[in-house]
Amino acid sequence: MKPAAFDYHRPDSIEEACALLAEHGADSRILSGGQSLVPLMNMRILSPAVLIDINRCRDLAYLREEGGVIACGALTRQGEAETSDLVAARLPLMAAAMPHVGVRANRNFGTVCGSLAHADPLAELPSVASALDATFVIASSRGRREVGADEFFVSALTNCLEPDEMLAEVRLPAIPEGARCAFLEIANRAHGFAVAGIAACVEFGPDGRCSRARLSAMGAGDTTARLGSVEALIEGQRLDDALIRAAGAEAAAAADPAGDVHADSAYRAEVIGSLVRKVLRQMQGAVVER
Amino acid sequence: MSAKKVTVRMKVNGKDYVREVEPRYLMADFLRHELQLTGTHIGCEHGVCGACTVLINGKTGRSCLQFAAALDGAEITTVEGIAGDGPLHPVQEAFHDAHALQCGYCTPGFLMTTIEFLKTNPEPDRDEIQQALTNNMCRCTGYVNIIDAVEDAAKRLREGAREA
Ligand SMILES: Cc1cc2nc3c(=O)[nH]c(=O)nc-3n(C[C@H](O)[C@H](O)[C@H](O)COP(=O)(O)OP(=O)(O)OC[C@H]3O[C@@H](n4cnc5c(N)ncnc54)[C@H](O)[C@@H]3O)c2cc1C
Ligand code: FES
Ligand code: FES
Repeated sequence: MKPAAFDYHRPDSIEEACALLAEHGADSRILSGGQSLVPLMNMRILSPAVLIDINRCRDLAYLREEGGVIACGALTRQGEAETSDLVAARLPLMAAAMPHVGVRANRNFGTVCGSLAHADPLAELPSVASALDATFVIASSRGRREVGADEFFVSALTNCLEPDEMLAEVRLPAIPEGARCAFLEIANRAHGFAVAGIAACVEFGPDGRCSRARLSAMGAGDTTARLGSVEALIEGQRLDDALIRAAGAEAAAAADPAGDVHADSAYRAEVIGSLVRKVLRQMQGAVVER
Repeated sequence: MSAKKVTVRMKVNGKDYVREVEPRYLMADFLRHELQLTGTHIGCEHGVCGACTVLINGKTGRSCLQFAAALDGAEITTVEGIAGDGPLHPVQEAFHDAHALQCGYCTPGFLMTTIEFLKTNPEPDRDEIQQALTNNMCRCTGYVNIIDAVEDAAKRLREGAREA
């Protein structure tokens, strides 16, 4: 099928993009990589009257470190983040997740921020952003505001943006030295939609106990979400086999997954429990698993 | 609703084109219907089959997920452009010799994906080849010969580079 007709705008700056959003509001959509939006338009699930193509806003393509935080602009491609030395060194969890985000032809165009804005509960990058306590910088012609992941992700395919707002930047705090990260997912088909996945970053104190645990699940509910009860169970403890089993059981019990053609709800919950055990087991050793 | 047309300038396989298009015109249709470059095939129109893969400014992209209007100023290489009027490209030769196609519908997408892949990974193992081709669908061959062809193409390109 072919997309319905739309008016096309190609602003050169974020100010112009925001002015167009203010003018057209809910009739308009931002086009970044197009890797999620264009399929939906081709299938006529979405038929926006106005497209605001931000691919000419070159100032929005950047990855830079600012005081221990990695800032990623709205036009930074997933493929650029995947091969970035800065991401490899400071955000190894994102580097580990990136190869799972579609195939290279998608990542060559798809943007980090586009994936976050799309807010698919089975997408990798929202779970990474949520596990790393990302800050979402939102712009409109009314000004800027910042929100955290729990506010940004509202429900499946729904973010907190008002019709005149866009995601300008995501800010990801660098992973502390010595923290262990792991990203694992199960999918029926490589690069197809995942059944479930876990993004995890755990810090350990000098006594070997877990000082801070951050785990986020894909597929556990209708949005990417932190596994708060699992984190609480782990913090202050040693990662021994009994604790890992208990953490897996808690993750499965707390999950409230949707059922679909790829996996029913009970199976997804079981997979989440098993993935939590696996990521934690990887952290028992000294290696940082990719 | 009929939207205002947009002017696009594009270099496709080394040749310059200027056209007026509706914004909703997909790049895959633009290539096939405006430029008569029908080597780029359309399977699914939502990014999953890989048949429509072309090189956009040197990088693989699904031409069914791009609007031609948005690619104003871009350089495109389609399957027609990889060897021009000369002898087959080494990747084409390898596909031919390994019987890596039957109906050939998927082949242009496989060739474009393979050309980019072997530039970044000139000496891949079979697992890596399989990974790189996961989102290119072939309904005929069963993939084994395609993987053989990519392995052979890698060898040909490495040997070619040594001779050159
Ligand atoms: C074959 C295939 C396989 C895929 N596999 C995966 C996968 O395994 N995992 C995965 O996570 N994704 C997958 N995707 C989706 C892909 O990763 C997309 O790149 C990503 O979801 C969206 O990024 P984009 O830049 O292409 O956004 P677009 O498609 O341009 O936009 C997506 C949505 O976000 C909005 N938007 C975009 N940018 C902004 C912004 N800055 N501010 C506000 N709103 C914005 C758009 O209006 C639209 O509603 C796949 C896609 C395809 C075609
Ligand atoms: S037609 Fe474009 S990927 Fe299938
Ligand atoms: S050769 Fe027929 S689809 Fe691949």
